[in-house]
Amino acid sequence: MNRSIALALAAGLSALATFLGPPAGADEAKEAWQDILAAARGQSVYFNAWAGDPQTNAFITWVGELARERYGIDVRHVKLADTAEAVTRIVAEKAAGRETGGSVDLVWINGPNLLSLKEKGLLFGPFVEKLPNWRHVDRTKPSNLTDFTIPVEGYAAPWRMAQVVFLYDSARTPPASLPGTIPAFLDWARAHAGRLTHPHPRDFLGATFLKQALVELAPDPAVLQQPASEETFAMATAPLWAWYDALRPHLWRGGEDFPATGTAQLSMLADGEIALAISFNPADAAVGIRKGTLPQTARVHVLDAGTIGNTSFVAIPFNAAHKEAAMVLANLLMSPEVQARAQDPATIGAFTVLDLASLSEAERARFTPPADAVGLPDNAALGTPLPEPHPSWMTRLVAEWERRYTR
Amino acid sequence: MLLRLAPAATLAVLAGPVVLGLAFTVLPAFGFLPALGGTTFALDPWRGLLAAPGLSTALTLTVGTGLATTLLALALAAGLCAAVAHRPGMARLQRLMVPLLASPPSGLALGFAFLVMPSGWLVRLVSPWATGWAVPPAGLVTVGDPLGISLVAALLIKEVPYLTLMLFAASATVPVERLMAAARALGRDAATAWVSVVFPQLYRQVRLPVFAVLAFSMSVVDVAIIVGPTNPPPLAVLATRWFLGYDLAYFHTAAAAATLQLVLVALAILLWLALERPVAALGRRWLARGSRSRAAGGAAGVAGAVAALLILLGLLSLLAMLVWSLAGSWRFPAALPDSWQLWLWRGEAGDAAALASTSAGIGLAAVAVALVLTLACLENEQRHGLHPGAAVQWLVYLPLIVPQIAFLFGVQVLLVRAGLDGTPLAVVWAHLVFVLPFVFLSLADAYRALDPRYAMTAAAMGAGRWQVFLTVKLPLLARPILIAAAVGFAVSIAQYLPTLFAGAGRVATLTTEAVTLSSGGDRRILGLVAVLQAALPLAAYGLALALPFLAFRRFRGMA
Repeated sequence: MNRSIALALAAGLSALATFLGPPAGADEAKEAWQDILAAARGQSVYFNAWAGDPQTNAFITWVGELARERYGIDVRHVKLADTAEAVTRIVAEKAAGRETGGSVDLVWINGPNLLSLKEKGLLFGPFVEKLPNWRHVDRTKPSNLTDFTIPVEGYAAPWRMAQVVFLYDSARTPPASLPGTIPAFLDWARAHAGRLTHPHPRDFLGATFLKQALVELAPDPAVLQQPASEETFAMATAPLWAWYDALRPHLWRGGEDFPATGTAQLSMLADGEIALAISFNPADAAVGIRKGTLPQTARVHVLDAGTIGNTSFVAIPFNAAHKEAAMVLANLLMSPEVQARAQDPATIGAFTVLDLASLSEAERARFTPPADAVGLPDNAALGTPLPEPHPSWMTRLVAEWERRYTR
Repeated sequence: MLLRLAPAATLAVLAGPVVLGLAFTVLPAFGFLPALGGTTFALDPWRGLLAAPGLSTALTLTVGTGLATTLLALALAAGLCAAVAHRPGMARLQRLMVPLLASPPSGLALGFAFLVMPSGWLVRLVSPWATGWAVPPAGLVTVGDPLGISLVAALLIKEVPYLTLMLFAASATVPVERLMAAARALGRDAATAWVSVVFPQLYRQVRLPVFAVLAFSMSVVDVAIIVGPTNPPPLAVLATRWFLGYDLAYFHTAAAAATLQLVLVALAILLWLALERPVAALGRRWLARGSRSRAAGGAAGVAGAVAALLILLGLLSLLAMLVWSLAGSWRFPAALPDSWQLWLWRGEAGDAAALASTSAGIGLAAVAVALVLTLACLENEQRHGLHPGAAVQWLVYLPLIVPQIAFLFGVQVLLVRAGLDGTPLAVVWAHLVFVLPFVFLSLADAYRALDPRYAMTAAAMGAGRWQVFLTVKLPLLARPILIAAAVGFAVSIAQYLPTLFAGAGRVATLTTEAVTLSSGGDRRILGLVAVLQAALPLAAYGLALALPFLAFRRFRGMA
């Protein structure tokens, strides 16, 4: 059911994207891109990106070197602990009336932050269709075009995929014992009292835990693709709350307290305090094993009916000082070479946004996982990602959860 | 002449950021923020805030942990001073506290959390051989307990050494030895003598630092996220959560929470002030009775022991972080890492030197400006008998009270308007906003308490005002001045959001590197970062404590 909606949506959207594509001829587009490349040469691009691990930072450094060699642009990684720091800075510049020469050229940004900026008119664009590598992007993956049901409309360039998985240690928790459905979590939690938790729903990943449950439990998941109203929300979430009420007493700390963030939850898994942890990166087990933060036996688990997936983007603020160089960098991030390297769990293990079928054989070969990669799920195990609900669902879910469970 | 301009200059440096910072905290709280489409005033943000689930718990938690931390920190610091007054152990204890003073609060909190959590070091040391736990116990609640006990403990590890240091700095201007001798002559034991005679004199001088502890423990965000409860967390965490949340619509609620935070801290300080008088009266009655009971000494002994235990826990926390930075993997229930590595240290070594020099440069610049302004203001105050108005004092201390994220939004707007953001100058200025209050409050009371007879004697011998200032006051106050500078330097080194905002992300320091890396949650990196961040302030404190002894030996009898 879910899957067929997603597919129909994807087909419709890709048709729409083709329709909206540049009416100009290919030569003209090429020329326009040459102009952008020429303007970009010599510019610095301040790339505001989360910098929470040395691997990610090293990867961005590597992309920066590539950009310097090939396009003569100077990539400066503005290291963030939280993307919202860049969002706040952009808003502050708007408040101060700085319409040009902004301090953020390119920002790595996800769903709600992206939508907030787009809604407030704080993004430059549309620009994505000007990027030559856009043609390789997999447009059958709805999340590359539609973020949380809202069309991206060329205001942000996709650069990595995210999909909900559950991390566990197969040496401690036999894979066969893991819950395959959301209702099955109840029995599992009962049998493993205090060994399951989720980040606080004010954290993005915590809210995702609730959304994942909602997508499976809602009587009619189609309503999740529309803005939530009082009625649809009450109807769609009733089974979720019944389920959660039954589950909560068996959670870590009896469901009274929660790890503040997704990373805090992951350390609890690494420490053995909990046995199952939600994550948004299917390569988390493989990357964690590589880094040494997780045991060799760490694996990821996907639910039978599939899990929510979305896409991470890079976007250019309305007042960016170096828009051309930012576009060149966005294009480079979507190139098969960079995407293949990103997907290697030895670097950052970011699943690609490209349609591998559109690549040459040699390019495609780069994406074959290394033979020694441990803990990496294949595409068949991941299934087709389920679409994110409309953002209003998350807002309401978090508010309602707090109303019920925060005292 | 120039001196008369000092208060104005201080205000000029601080007023812009503080007023705008405050405006951009308070105005959005009433719905006004044109950048996000709020062009009229409304009370909706307050309705939103008051309707927030768990708000009353969050408020209780904020006030409760804040007051508890402050009371305990003062009592323990005083107990520690009393217990070791005039024992040679004092100097050794001071040296032990220096690493705690130098460590960023978040680094210490992370170490403390690792120490006491159910899968933490203490449990690992006795598992599984004594406890039988092959996996961490599920029922044990330590970090993040609903009452905030672990939050208070984590804060105490930082604040007890700070207040002890402030008491120590202040004692330079009080004739401790004579007071003690007099009290001992009346038959009091050393600890009781210290509590009854020395402490009341010192308390007046550490009052501002005590308020700083109160404001800090009520407004701290990073430590509260690491060891505090989450559902709900204290108010400052709630505000920051909303500010940084994915929904810009919460910006206004966040601003209302930040404003409430400000009011709450102000009320707590007023409450403290109101309680001072009755407590002092009780103390005087106890003194007047002239009791020779050893209860006070006993209480001081207990407080001193608890304080020493806290310092031990703090040092273990730091050690835990150091061990983690060298660990390859370290799984429960191993008491020590399963494997070791050096690649983290090697990988960071190249960057660290450059980052450290930027950090030190910014810190030194901010501290230099703060010291000059503070000393000029204080000297001006003494020469002209001027007392800064209460409003001005509050203005100086505001940046310590308002949640940084709210406050810095306004600072950022100011810097962008002035076209200064992204420059080192802007970063120094932004740091100054937070450094100056600490330098001022670390120094002001001691400066005011300096016995005026020294200056009078020098003047009587024909010394000019500047000569008195340079050759009498500065050397006599060398200890508090250097300690204030070290405190200011440590504050500057620890600034994350001000560096990020004022520097537009373009000025990288040890702390920006540290905090961003910490967001990945890898405890080995957290350990590395805690050690790196502590290194510079450690050097500063070491110098501050060692220099006066070396440079001003000839003054020793006077202080």
